[in-house]
Amino acid sequence: MSSSLYDAIQAERAKYPAGSRSATLHALRLAQEEHGWLSPDALREVADALDVTPAYCKAVASFYDMFHLAPIGTHLVEVCTNLSCALAGAQRVVDAFESELGVAPGETTEDGEITFRTVECLGGCGYATVVAVDHRYRQHVGPDDVAGIVEELRAGS
Amino acid sequence: MPVREVLLAGADDRDLTKLAEYQAIGGYAGVPKARAMTSDDLIAELQTANLRGRGGAGFPMGRKASLIDRSSPKPKYLVVNADESEPGAFKDREVMARVPHRLIEGCLIAAHAIECHDVYIFIRGEYLTEYEILQAAVDEARAANLFGDVEITVHRGAGAYICGEETALLDALEGKRGQPRPRPPFPPVQGLYDAPTQINNVCTIATVPTIMELGAAEFAKIGPESSPGTAIFSISGNIARPGNYELLLGTPMRELIYDLAGGIADGRELKAVIPGGSSVPALSPDEIDVPLDYDSLGKIGTFFGAASLIIVDDRCCMVQLALRSTKFYMHESCGKCTPCREGTRWMVQLLEKIEAGEAELSDLDLLDNVGSRILGRSLCALGDFAVYPVASYLKKWRDEFVAHVELGRCPYGGESSLEGIVAPLDAHTHHPTVEVPA
Ligand SMILES: Cc1cc2nc3c(=O)[nH]c(=O)nc-3n(C[C@H](O)[C@H](O)[C@H](O)COP(=O)(O)O)c2cc1C
Ligand code: SF4
Ligand code: FES
Repeated sequence: MSSSLYDAIQAERAKYPAGSRSATLHALRLAQEEHGWLSPDALREVADALDVTPAYCKAVASFYDMFHLAPIGTHLVEVCTNLSCALAGAQRVVDAFESELGVAPGETTEDGEITFRTVECLGGCGYATVVAVDHRYRQHVGPDDVAGIVEELRAGS
Repeated sequence: MPVREVLLAGADDRDLTKLAEYQAIGGYAGVPKARAMTSDDLIAELQTANLRGRGGAGFPMGRKASLIDRSSPKPKYLVVNADESEPGAFKDREVMARVPHRLIEGCLIAAHAIECHDVYIFIRGEYLTEYEILQAAVDEARAANLFGDVEITVHRGAGAYICGEETALLDALEGKRGQPRPRPPFPPVQGLYDAPTQINNVCTIATVPTIMELGAAEFAKIGPESSPGTAIFSISGNIARPGNYELLLGTPMRELIYDLAGGIADGRELKAVIPGGSSVPALSPDEIDVPLDYDSLGKIGTFFGAASLIIVDDRCCMVQLALRSTKFYMHESCGKCTPCREGTRWMVQLLEKIEAGEAELSDLDLLDNVGSRILGRSLCALGDFAVYPVASYLKKWRDEFVAHVELGRCPYGGESSLEGIVAPLDAHTHHPTVEVPA
């Protein structure tokens, strides 16, 4: 494990009462940022840094949608398809990503660059359709914006 | 126009994410005022204000503070619920992004009331930009020595709607799977780390500085007597001018929809309003003269909820709406209790059958029946949230459900606005195709 990951996790632990496991979500997030996903190795590193078992870490990680227990692409594109976005035409945005990327929701492009998935409400319902691109919200996204977003990601990586 | 700004006051004119700007409009003046009072007096003041919780249930914030077991030898905690994941809701996000110091000031005042030194703000993991703004504001206020003996920690979630339920939130904050706890014990007695804990929504706490500024008696005069103050209403869906509108409680729903938000988008007809986020019973167009406050909405069989209106126009198939909604609640069910875990799945299966035109009339009764066995029988309100909207669609738009059965297909013939919508649940079985690196 990188000593910086270990140190960062200890800094998070220090914010909470001794003996609590409150830093678990932070630790998992930090490990995921370093490894790209929560691989068995990443989970072991988190477990070591927190003095818990890898099984505990996996049990917690598997509960939350933002943790990835399988590898994902370099970039993550998440389209909200909950009610408000759906009413405003989110499926057309999903379809545009599907044809632009050539993969279905939940899949990753063959080159491993972009994982594309649909997600539940992102809390931007008044600015539909909301798309989180590497965790930054794009709002008022229409099907015509999709090619530009994909191009931007491919150019940047 | 019945707009009186409390939560967002000043944010149009100044960058209130900056401490100096917030202080220039009197920000943080409430903290020394509160600290000059005893906790008992401050709680009494908050009770006089009759500020009702903005997170859903509308429980008075001051009364909640009075339930905190301050005689306990354990530390007391204040936890702010910034998990905002109810479909249709995006108001807490605007407060954190534009007036973070008002929330922080509210935390410091409320902390004094319950004799607490450790405040946690639990913010949903997806709100990355808002987290950064809030964390910067916390750091700036701390550096300016405004905290005294209080520490505020911003704690990020990791994507789970159920963590908005207050006891699930506590488990998530303790580093566990976020699953609701059985009650009693209630959080004011035994909450975070088994210690007395006050939990409030972002907008509830961010209103507290205004109570200190005006005095509780004056605050209580704003808006209707039973629910004083303002609320930020999120309005979205098929509406001409979607967005957040801060209004006096009690403002007629029609005024928000037609005067402020410009009416139904694309010149369409209004079909339904889901008034409190997707979890509450929907209203039909003849019911929208209702004043937007807890008691008025309650009287007509729905809820204030998250003060979030989803506007549905005549292009939407109500069976598809029910199905998409139920897929969300099934996906977010934490799985701890059987009625919710199995019942939501059963509801999805029945709705899929109805939408496919393969159901019989008896399936509509079965759907109602399954719902009635989830209602009131689940460990937390998520089970109820799955059922409330669907039961209302089935009751008020029953002819549409019947038409699916009688025609043997969706009467919208592929033209519904929700046609083919892909929920995350539908993609659950797909796994990313990248090979595990050696
Ligand atoms: C499934 C579920 C989700 C909830 N989500 C939220 C939420 O995102 N934000 C919130 O403030 N309250 C939410 N609540 C309500 C909280 O449990 C709690 O009542 C509220 O935070 C109390 O704050 P208040 O008294 O200031 O309203 C949710 C409740 C349930 C059952
Ligand atoms: S009602 Fe649903 S979300 Fe709530 S505890 Fe039961 S299974 Fe979990
Ligand atoms: S429904 Fe898409 S952000 Fe809320």
